[in-house]
Amino acid sequence: MQSTLKSLDEIKREKSHGQSRNWIRVGLSSCGIAAGAKEVFDTLKDEIEKRNLDISLSQSGCAGMCYAEPLVEVGIEGQAPKVYGRVDRNKAVSIIADYIQNRRITSPELEKEVITTSSKQIRLVLRNCGVIDPEDIKDYILHDGYQALKNVLEKYKPEDVTNELKISGLKGRGGGGFPTWMKWNFAKSIRSDEKFIICNGDEGDPGAYMDRSVLEGDPHSVLEGMMIAGYTVGASKGFLYIRAEYPLAVERIQMAIDQAYQYGLLGKNILGKGFNFDLGIRLGAGAFVCGEETALIASIEGKRGCPVPRPPFPSVKGLWGKPTVINNVETLANIPVIFTKGGAWFSKIGSETSKGTKVFALTGKVRNSGLVEVPMGITLREIVFEIGGGAAEGKKVKAIQTGGPSGGVIPEQYFDTPVDYENLQKLGSIMGSGGMIVMDEDDCMVDIAKFYLGFCVEESCGKCAPCRIGGTQMLTLLKNISEGKSKEEDLVRLKRIALAMQKASLCGLGQTAANPVLSTIKYFGEEYKMHIKDKRCTSGKCVSLFFFEVIKEKCRKCSLCQRNCPVGAVLGNKDEGFRIDQVKCIKCGQCFQACKFDAIKR
Amino acid sequence: MGKAIINGIQIDFSEGTTILDAAKKVHINIPTLCKHEDVKASAACGICVVKLNNSSKMLRACCTPIEEGMNIITHDPEIVSIRRTVLELILSNHPNDCLKCGRNNNCELQELVADFGIRDEDFEKIVSDLPKDETTKAIVLEPSKCIKCGRCVEVCQETQNVWALSFLDRGVETRISPAGDIKLADSPCVRCGQCSAHCPTGAIFEQDNTKEVWNALEDQDKHCVVQIAPAVRVAVGEGFGLKPGVNLTRKLYALLRRLGFKAVFDTNFSADLTIMEEASEFIQRFVYKKGPLPLITTCCPSWVDFMEKFNTDMIEHFSSAKSPQEMLGAMAKTYYPQKKDIDPAKVVVVSIMPCTAKKYEISRSRDMFASGFQDTDIVLTTRELIRMIKQAGIDFINLPDEDPDHIMGDYTGAGVIFGATGGVMEAALRTAYSFITKKNLEKVEFLDVRGLKGIKETSVTIEGAEVKIAVAHGLSNVDYVINKIRKAKENNEPLPYHFVEVMACPGGCIGGGGQPYGVTDEVRNARIKGIYQDDEGQQIRYSHENPFIKKIYSEFLGSPLSEKAHHLLHTKYLPRPEYRK
Repeated sequence: MQSTLKSLDEIKREKSHGQSRNWIRVGLSSCGIAAGAKEVFDTLKDEIEKRNLDISLSQSGCAGMCYAEPLVEVGIEGQAPKVYGRVDRNKAVSIIADYIQNRRITSPELEKEVITTSSKQIRLVLRNCGVIDPEDIKDYILHDGYQALKNVLEKYKPEDVTNELKISGLKGRGGGGFPTWMKWNFAKSIRSDEKFIICNGDEGDPGAYMDRSVLEGDPHSVLEGMMIAGYTVGASKGFLYIRAEYPLAVERIQMAIDQAYQYGLLGKNILGKGFNFDLGIRLGAGAFVCGEETALIASIEGKRGCPVPRPPFPSVKGLWGKPTVINNVETLANIPVIFTKGGAWFSKIGSETSKGTKVFALTGKVRNSGLVEVPMGITLREIVFEIGGGAAEGKKVKAIQTGGPSGGVIPEQYFDTPVDYENLQKLGSIMGSGGMIVMDEDDCMVDIAKFYLGFCVEESCGKCAPCRIGGTQMLTLLKNISEGKSKEEDLVRLKRIALAMQKASLCGLGQTAANPVLSTIKYFGEEYKMHIKDKRCTSGKCVSLFFFEVIKEKCRKCSLCQRNCPVGAVLGNKDEGFRIDQVKCIKCGQCFQACKFDAIKR
Repeated sequence: MGKAIINGIQIDFSEGTTILDAAKKVHINIPTLCKHEDVKASAACGICVVKLNNSSKMLRACCTPIEEGMNIITHDPEIVSIRRTVLELILSNHPNDCLKCGRNNNCELQELVADFGIRDEDFEKIVSDLPKDETTKAIVLEPSKCIKCGRCVEVCQETQNVWALSFLDRGVETRISPAGDIKLADSPCVRCGQCSAHCPTGAIFEQDNTKEVWNALEDQDKHCVVQIAPAVRVAVGEGFGLKPGVNLTRKLYALLRRLGFKAVFDTNFSADLTIMEEASEFIQRFVYKKGPLPLITTCCPSWVDFMEKFNTDMIEHFSSAKSPQEMLGAMAKTYYPQKKDIDPAKVVVVSIMPCTAKKYEISRSRDMFASGFQDTDIVLTTRELIRMIKQAGIDFINLPDEDPDHIMGDYTGAGVIFGATGGVMEAALRTAYSFITKKNLEKVEFLDVRGLKGIKETSVTIEGAEVKIAVAHGLSNVDYVINKIRKAKENNEPLPYHFVEVMACPGGCIGGGGQPYGVTDEVRNARIKGIYQDDEGQQIRYSHENPFIKKIYSEFLGSPLSEKAHHLLHTKYLPRPEYRK
């Protein structure tokens, strides 16, 4: 057990002392571990120990380049650190071997795997992800961790904190975009014997994992943000509500909490300033709607996770009826930055109306999928093409889906729009928590709409009629469209239900669930009409709406299609040529893929 | 106080008023399917949307407090169109069973659909095929008709603290059910029927026993007799367009004879009988220290069930006196046939009750067969009686007044007040006072125990001894009282009460789960008023002065708490599991 209440500076000195100038970091977040980073780490450790090398090996969180995991960063004295991607056991061995031989890494094979990040990125929230060891509080402190808390406790009155936040212009990163200072101010201004801070870590958007990475890669920054919130509003207890599907995040947060208690950064009289704060974890049971703040509160209280009407807002009457601040993980991770560098500094980053950076989980049909952190105001084109590297070889980017199931689809022609809360909304989408899914020409927009709506229908809590029934009815209509069973009036029906859901649903889930449908109808109306009138899906996603056919003129009678068909649906022979039996065909597309002469159409 | 504008009209409001309530001031009844005055707004249905004149966002009127300076529009073409779409969506999730639904012509959904003139069904029908649950024999759960308004769950959990009903699953699969999808009869359900009284549709309703009554009446071999509970008389008129509280006792006597009953009794008479036993029991415990105090009343079968499930440590405090329904049943199959010289096996006792739990009570233990037969055979709720009257085509409210069969039909003012919260306590105190002091009260009314306040605590001095009493109604109010008793017992402190009355339903039996729909506090108060007016109009207001009560003791029972009385009029209680299986 560490002796408690050392000063932050002492811990810093202790940590920096005795560290080797040569170091290797392995990204050990969920994404890295899934790609085999644990093995790589163990191999490196064995090699270093075996050869008794003066290299400090450590683990870190996700550096964001998920497409190239496992990632290993190597720092050698006097040289700029390099990040190697797609490292496996063999490459790990050769990194060490190369290092021993040359005191630097020269292998051309390894050189190929050096990853460079785009200069478009600014890392505030992810400042420590991929840098520090998330399981070591001292490493966080070494990187100026808990300095913001110290500043605040020493120099700020609660109203100074909200003023500074106001200057920073920080808005909630969970999707709502509500000014954080106002939320804190409401809770601060209410008298109550008890108040609470909740960190909303119930990230559930398909394809989004920004919060997980922060929780796994830099847990203390979230804790620090919560403590500052607690001090400001006068709360002495907080809960981190984390979905149970994030076991590593939960483990690392628990570790961080334990260490913070050990070091006197949680508990009574924190940093000797008379501030008391306790933290605990509550696990989410896997309901998306529990990301909605009132449902989340109900869940913590042990009730069914259903939203309740607002007002009263949680900042007035929240957990167990007490004033409660609920902030999302990313919002909280911004707080320590603001209180070390200042609100004015922070507000210089970003656009006119949206300040700071935003972390996006860039996924889908894009080469460099991963987490990107960019200043507000950057264009979608910069994100998708300059950072993301565009679509795969030979494919064209069609659209991007932002904001998760509550968001919308934005077609490529609007990619020059600067990304901020207002602009995305104007385009019929939202910032949301930061999911960005790139789609290419193989994606059918009806299918995309069906996917997202299906998600919301599945996740609807079932409490209010517009969402519960409206979503289901819309999904039925979309299914009919994708199966060629619809009429043109169905578009009118879709829009009518969508409007009722937007206006009359109780919570954000229902109010926004129709967005993916509305935005695809808006921008890809022709594609819908083709499904409805012509009963055709050119993307080849709606199986009921396309069939494979051999184009006689192009066919060279090579029989590749016949040999690749798993069900014997390709009839004919090399003399007569080939045709496809539509009854037998299961529309798997093997013939289409196999044909080298584009002689099969769908 | 604040000022706001609704539809261009300036209004004053007090803080916390919802838009829905404020709108009533300007003569706007914003439609809703989930909000009920008795329960907090769940905001589930989405029908009551309104908007502010500077915003395109819509707010739910049921749960949004009106704020200073708000400029609210409660109806415009867009609002009406959204309400219509939501209503059509709800309809698409509801079976078109109206013609054979228990709530036909009395359904809030049906009414709204009619008001909106919905003629076509634009959306696909998505109706669950969940089976009916008729296991309680008192209330029927038909989940396919549920619109998920949440009223039943709220009354079951919050008003009644029973927690038999809850929402299970999510999305379109959401359903009301006891936890774990077990049957209602295996759940903690106490059959109070408040869920059915608050359901806006036909998803929860009383088990219908009218056919059995018609069959019994048709059977020439049977001798059908009937009893009417106190609370029925002041509510039954609502089924015929009369205001709540109109007392139709004597028309009910006429009616029941015309339906074919051979004798018409009044449960008010057996309420007097209950008081004889219960007041005597109280005196035994209070004056002669024979038995533990406080004494707790047991006329309400839901309360008895609740106690047997959740408060088993209180069993020794329960009055062993049966409820008036069961006392009358036992007398109707012993004393009555003996006097009339008929075969008790042929007697069928039907009782008209404001209550669904009474259907359960008639077979709750072997003591309900004290006569050698099932003492009470069939229970009809007020709602079922109304249907029977309409089936028979009797012009009920214009019937001439008639008398009951005097042998067990005449009652005192003390008997009739059993129908309201505080009534049993008041009636018992009137008689207990007289028994102890050998003289009657100067002022017969105990006003402190009356009214809709959830817990009423007061005390009465009888011959220098203070009798501390508590009256609770709405089962969620019981904990407070019981915990006080529990704590005093644990700490050997002086008893907080000597006598406690509990009725499960808010307002007592006049607010029972089997009463006509649409109960609110205004309705409860009107029915209560009708009850107390009956009391005031009675010449005799003490149970023990009822000449027919005196007669039944002298001719048959001997004295209160006699061996025969014990055998026929008293019962025992046993712990029951909250969940069976």
